[in-house]
Amino acid sequence: MVGLTLRNTGKRYGALSIIQDLNLDVRDGEFLVLVGPSGCGKSTLLRMIAGLEDITDGTIAMDGRVVNDLPASKRELSMVFQSYALYPHMTVAKNLAFGLENMKVPRAEVERRVAEAARILQIEKLLDRKPRQLSGGQKQRVAIGRAIVREPKLFLFDEPLSNLDAELRVQMRAELASLYARLGTTMIYVTHDQVEAMTLASRIVVLRAGKIEQVGTPQELYTRPQNLFVAGFIGSPKINMIEARLTQGNDGLEATARGFRPFRIPALSTTDTAITVCVRPGSIALGTGAVQAEGTVRLVEYLGNETLLHVQLASGQILLVSGKEQGATKAGDTVTVGFELSDIHYFDSNGQRVEPLQHEGLLQ
Amino acid sequence: MRRFITRNAPGYTFLLPWLIGFFLLTLGPILASLYLSFTKYDMVSAPRWVGWDNYVYMFTRDRRFWKALHVTFSYVALAVPARLIMALAVAMILDKGLRSISLYRAIFYLPSLLGSSIAIAILWRQLFAKDGAVNAVLSFVGIDGPSWITDPNTSLYTLVVLAMWQFGSPMLIFLAGLRSIPKDLYEAAEIDGTPAWRQFTRITLPLLAPVIFFNLVLQTIDAFKTFSSVFIISHGNGAPADSLLFYTVYLFNEAFSFFRMGYASALAWVLLVIIAVFTGLAFLSSKYWVHYENERD
Repeated sequence: MVGLTLRNTGKRYGALSIIQDLNLDVRDGEFLVLVGPSGCGKSTLLRMIAGLEDITDGTIAMDGRVVNDLPASKRELSMVFQSYALYPHMTVAKNLAFGLENMKVPRAEVERRVAEAARILQIEKLLDRKPRQLSGGQKQRVAIGRAIVREPKLFLFDEPLSNLDAELRVQMRAELASLYARLGTTMIYVTHDQVEAMTLASRIVVLRAGKIEQVGTPQELYTRPQNLFVAGFIGSPKINMIEARLTQGNDGLEATARGFRPFRIPALSTTDTAITVCVRPGSIALGTGAVQAEGTVRLVEYLGNETLLHVQLASGQILLVSGKEQGATKAGDTVTVGFELSDIHYFDSNGQRVEPLQHEGLLQ
Repeated sequence: MRRFITRNAPGYTFLLPWLIGFFLLTLGPILASLYLSFTKYDMVSAPRWVGWDNYVYMFTRDRRFWKALHVTFSYVALAVPARLIMALAVAMILDKGLRSISLYRAIFYLPSLLGSSIAIAILWRQLFAKDGAVNAVLSFVGIDGPSWITDPNTSLYTLVVLAMWQFGSPMLIFLAGLRSIPKDLYEAAEIDGTPAWRQFTRITLPLLAPVIFFNLVLQTIDAFKTFSSVFIISHGNGAPADSLLFYTVYLFNEAFSFFRMGYASALAWVLLVIIAVFTGLAFLSSKYWVHYENERD
């Protein structure tokens, strides 16, 4: 196992900067997920840690030792590629053993480790097959097996599940989680899928345009997103963002948002008058709530355990409302939607989270 | 039948120029040469049927035939691997991502375009002559080189070097093959700590095998048929001392210097069989060393 320290780490291709001034500590034995939209630099960052890309600025250290100039093979890590990167002309057994043979591991030990990995991943019956004879999920297992046999101090995963179909992805996700529980090795995992991030991670790093937006546990990211980007990226269905203007009334701060009845909010740690009020779809109810608006149901998505309503307000904005007991609602119905002040996330005009100083009642 | 004709007549009309060319200029002469190979024919008097005499003479009494075979096989054995290795080496360098790769590709392909031309053959004579450019360079390091072209001990090697220099077309095919090997495989190998040489032997070569096989077959056939450059360099008769008596040169001499058309036809058919056998052997061997990505089991 290994801890990882990134200090002012950066990656530039000529004038183009991919990663800027990144500071991050990966704890020994944690499952860290790098998540972000395509092009945010998450794969590049992983490849820099792997040693497949040069580090142009700053340092990366493993257990306190700077590894900037250490070749990939000396970093004692394994990487699972999105494409699996299995050697197509070798059998599964040879694929698993290939790296160990490079390391001059004794033959008996190679066989022991291959058998062990095959047992863990339930691919014992596939050992004599070539990759082309395997299904996507089986290839994925072999790729993970190839990472396990080296008994590395650090596992790197580059979108390992994105080539699998939805059902298999859920299954492999669970298997990865149990693999992590069994091995306890430090893992760094790149994905653009926030559900994967939420379910697997000890901590999540949200990246955008080469910069860290927030680092935290899945719960922290969900309950206290530090900015609008994280609020919008984490959570499905997506959080509702409502623009509001603040005016200082005689008895407190009054918020006006198009489509909503004016409502009083607690004092905030900002002096901005234009803020964004965010509410998760699950926190919005029909007919009740301290903050209310009228709207028309445009779309009803029945998901089994819950129903997702697309409610259009007078302002034209669509609010997503999810809940269990909306089965009778039909498209075209006029509804009142509402939420409580305690469910609101406030963001200032720069999109940064601001905290209410205390909760107050509704202005009537 | 009538319907077949009316329906397909336009198509065959468009095919006609090619069909005429094929039957009159390709298939016709091929069959004619098969017949002539069993005759004695000097292009003046009518062909005279001699049965297997030409073939019997060839294998039992014609020492120049055996000499030509020896020269040609030596050439194929040296030139084909030399050219393929050269082509692969250059392709790998280009594949490493040089800037303005298309320019280099064009430059490296140029010798293949010029290679079989008469001018290059004449140039080759000059380069490897006693007072040629090669010896001029060697004299700088104090080596007094022989007359490479006119020395029977070295003349064949000058042609092998010429063949190596014309690496362009297999190089392009190798380059395309190298490009089709996923980069991930090398990255995975790198993380696994695979040394560069082992990456080459364990990943590049096996995955390139179908392309190597293709090039090997094509270049072998090509090498057996080498003619125009040798013809010029050997003064048209395999000189010096028959050291450049390529099979094709010998065949040409028999046909157009001595007008032994019947015998030359027999020689041509033997060459065809030789090439067919080598190609067949290559295909037979391929199942032991060529791995195809989409092969069915």
